[in-house]
Amino acid sequence: MLTILFDGIAYGMLLFVLACGLAVTLGLMNFVNLAHGAFAMAGGYVTVVLVNRLGVPFLAALPLAFLASFVLGALMERTLYVHVYAKSHLEQVLFTIGLVFMSVAAVDYVMGSQQQFVGLPAALQGRYDVLGVGIGKYRLLIIVICGALTAALQLILVGTRFGTRLRAAVDDRRVARGLGINVDAVFAVTFAVGSGLAGLGGALGAEILGLDPIFPLKFLIYFLIVVTVGGTSSITGPFLASLLLGIADVAGKYYVPKLGAFVIYTIMIAVLIWRPQGLFGRVTAR
Amino acid sequence: MTLAAQVARQLAARARWRPLEIVFWLAALASIFLLPSRHLILTEIAILGLFALSLDLILGYAGILSLGHAAFFGLGAYAAGLLAKYGLVGEPVLALFAAGLGAAALGFVTSFLLLRGSDLTRLMVTLGIALILREIANRYDWLTGGADGLQGIVIGPVLGAFAFDIAGHVAYVYSLSVLFLAFLAARRLMNSPFGLSLRAIKGNSLRASAIGIGVDARLVAIYTIAAGYAGIAGALLTQTTQFASLDVFSFERSADVLLVLILGGTGYLYGGLIGAVVFKLVQDALIDVTAQYWQFWIGLVLVLIVLGGERVKRLAAAAGGRIARLVGRRPKLDAKAP
Amino acid sequence: MPDLLSIEGLRAGYGEAVVLANVSLTIAEGSAIALLGRNGMGKTTLIDSVIGVTRRFGGTIRLAGRDITPLRPDRRAHAGIGWVPQERNIFRSLTVEENLTAVARPGAWTVPRIYQLFPRLAERRRNLGDRFSGGEQQMLAIGRALVLNPKILLLDEPLEGLAPILVEELLGALRRVFREGVSAIIVEQNARKVLDATDRAAIMERGAIVHEGPSRALAADRQLLETHLGVAGKSQGRRAPLP
Ligand SMILES: Nc1ncnc2c1ncn2[C@@H]1O[C@H](COP(=O)(O)OP(=O)(O)OP(=O)(O)O)[C@@H](O)[C@H]1O
Ligand SMILES: [Mg+2]
Repeated sequence: MLTILFDGIAYGMLLFVLACGLAVTLGLMNFVNLAHGAFAMAGGYVTVVLVNRLGVPFLAALPLAFLASFVLGALMERTLYVHVYAKSHLEQVLFTIGLVFMSVAAVDYVMGSQQQFVGLPAALQGRYDVLGVGIGKYRLLIIVICGALTAALQLILVGTRFGTRLRAAVDDRRVARGLGINVDAVFAVTFAVGSGLAGLGGALGAEILGLDPIFPLKFLIYFLIVVTVGGTSSITGPFLASLLLGIADVAGKYYVPKLGAFVIYTIMIAVLIWRPQGLFGRVTAR
Repeated sequence: MTLAAQVARQLAARARWRPLEIVFWLAALASIFLLPSRHLILTEIAILGLFALSLDLILGYAGILSLGHAAFFGLGAYAAGLLAKYGLVGEPVLALFAAGLGAAALGFVTSFLLLRGSDLTRLMVTLGIALILREIANRYDWLTGGADGLQGIVIGPVLGAFAFDIAGHVAYVYSLSVLFLAFLAARRLMNSPFGLSLRAIKGNSLRASAIGIGVDARLVAIYTIAAGYAGIAGALLTQTTQFASLDVFSFERSADVLLVLILGGTGYLYGGLIGAVVFKLVQDALIDVTAQYWQFWIGLVLVLIVLGGERVKRLAAAAGGRIARLVGRRPKLDAKAP
Repeated sequence: MPDLLSIEGLRAGYGEAVVLANVSLTIAEGSAIALLGRNGMGKTTLIDSVIGVTRRFGGTIRLAGRDITPLRPDRRAHAGIGWVPQERNIFRSLTVEENLTAVARPGAWTVPRIYQLFPRLAERRRNLGDRFSGGEQQMLAIGRALVLNPKILLLDEPLEGLAPILVEELLGALRRVFREGVSAIIVEQNARKVLDATDRAAIMERGAIVHEGPSRALAADRQLLETHLGVAGKSQGRRAPLP
């Protein structure tokens, strides 16, 4: 029981790190980035290559995965995405689906379609036994890293001027601009950091989620669930939503494997109908 | 009184058949006789065209953004397969209607989930519904064959008289006829007052409701009809291939049909058909070269369409025709594109 | 006095719609001008065009001699424009203090000085701004524009919907601000409310400036007030927007 809860929490926190960038880009620019998962995949594959082929230690590969996706995100944002913000949602969807397809095929071409495994160091394998509860070492690491990241994000959002400006821009982009906040720059930074975090999530998650070229498609729906259920007006919402989703998914697969992913999709639709701004989103005053 | 007369006149003018349209359908008819060796791919084109036409009804006319239109296509595909496999409805045309009705029913029920909400909610709800259906088809494998697909489907002769042949001649004539009839019905509908009111809604739903157009009822109606069309397209696929697999529900299928429609243009009914011709011919030409990485090119086209806007769209369509010509396959229908 | 803001031949609107046909207006340094006009005449569109959040079709806008038309809104704000939007648009997930610090720029107007100007804000610095009454939101919006240390304030109907006592309080604060040399455009429908606080006045009608002159002269000219602002000289109420 507790082991499942533990695994669910690890899974949920991983989902949060993967998806939080999407929540912010959506909230900030009302931009539908269905290609978010591609940045996660990039981080995953960078780690695979670094660890398996170049012999870089796993823990050293993690920041590099972040960096790779960060740079990739920053480049893509400045060169391609900037042209799409002002376009309709239909065009944003077409554009980002296009990117997904290209990334899927490109990775398939370069790395092959088989599932990839990251060689974990022995120290991270196995589990501790605490009062009869099995605690996977690797999952513990995930919780620690993702927990620290979440705390850091929250601190940045609440405690720094950048964070204040970011929240102001999410609240009202037009007025933030008119009051001197360079929303495009704020967005570019957020986009890059969000992509970097996704890349880190992809690196950490390769082991648990499975890494193959269709990763961006397979997990698209999970990211979208986190964003819809959690809302986009804060990161607390997506965080709680990720935990719920993680625990529900792990528990569901364990207790009622027959139902599969069915429950989660249904919950998503129910939430969308019931509270379109998300379960934890703040109701707009106006 | 005068307004009514004006509207009537306008509707009549819209309803008139233009020469290019007649040429288009004559070309389609001619393809039956002139391209007997290409009937297999032409069948695929007809089915894809019908599917894209159905998406056009909701995207082009009602402005609903869907990422899960394959839900209805897939439902129709499995319905037709199950009806045939278990001998419930032996005659294909009847089964086609039944499958279409089933999909329409699902469309009706789910349309209520789309009445409120932003583009994003609609996008996720539609995506979610397709995923749920796929999951159901996957789980109930005793009925659907699960991941192996629905096998052992035997389709009876059309109208009890025309049995499907290996070369796919009957299948093509059958599919094209269905497409044509469905198109006629859609054309009539869109040139009726109902179609006009849909355009008004798409333009500005607030204003439309202010001048007394029942927005919700019309969206429900068109979504139901479009779902039925997609179901028929899916059923056609099963009947002409005697097989249905989980990928009828796939996200890629929903995305592909979006591309097809965008290629051809939305909101004038022919867009889906023309897009289907271009898409399939290009796919057919490229598949020998890069079968596995075909998706890359789809993606590239999508990205370019958005970044380059109208200009690239024209180019892509033209290039499609050119490539097809280069490979020696005359793009019969494409050449007549308006 | 040299011109601080000069708008020349401005054509602007939304999407395809041109709302401002050909607007020219200059504001001298240190002067406050009342921008009057009935509902839907284009006052907000003019203000928003100066900050740059509408669509511009033609014309130029100069601030202290510098052409700011090519600049993005955030650059225009930095160039010296403090915007108080008509809807106030307090950042709702930010506290009062954060609303100020998020946009503050170095200069004479600091956050503590805003608290001096509006003591009510100081009491609630840790509260979320959107829980506020209309008057407090307005103070916050003005304070938020001031901490940008602008050369000119654009106030879009700052007195709208406020109780008379609050109107007095706010006008008093604004007078103090003007005395320190900040210029301003104050949009208002009710001429009586602002003509005392401003030195010049302009009247807009259907996207054009139809009158411009000293506030005192306008206040005395019942005829002019009557033609362009209807009963605006007396009535307090807002009419329904024109269709
Ligand atoms: N976002 C918009 N899109 C299209 N038209 C708009 C928009 N905002 C305003 N308009 C139109 O522009 C015209 C001028 O509006 P504006 O808001 O500038 O008037 P106003 O003088 O500020 O009125 P009020 O006193 O009611 O605030 C109106 O006809 C209005 O309908
Ligand atoms: Mg206004």
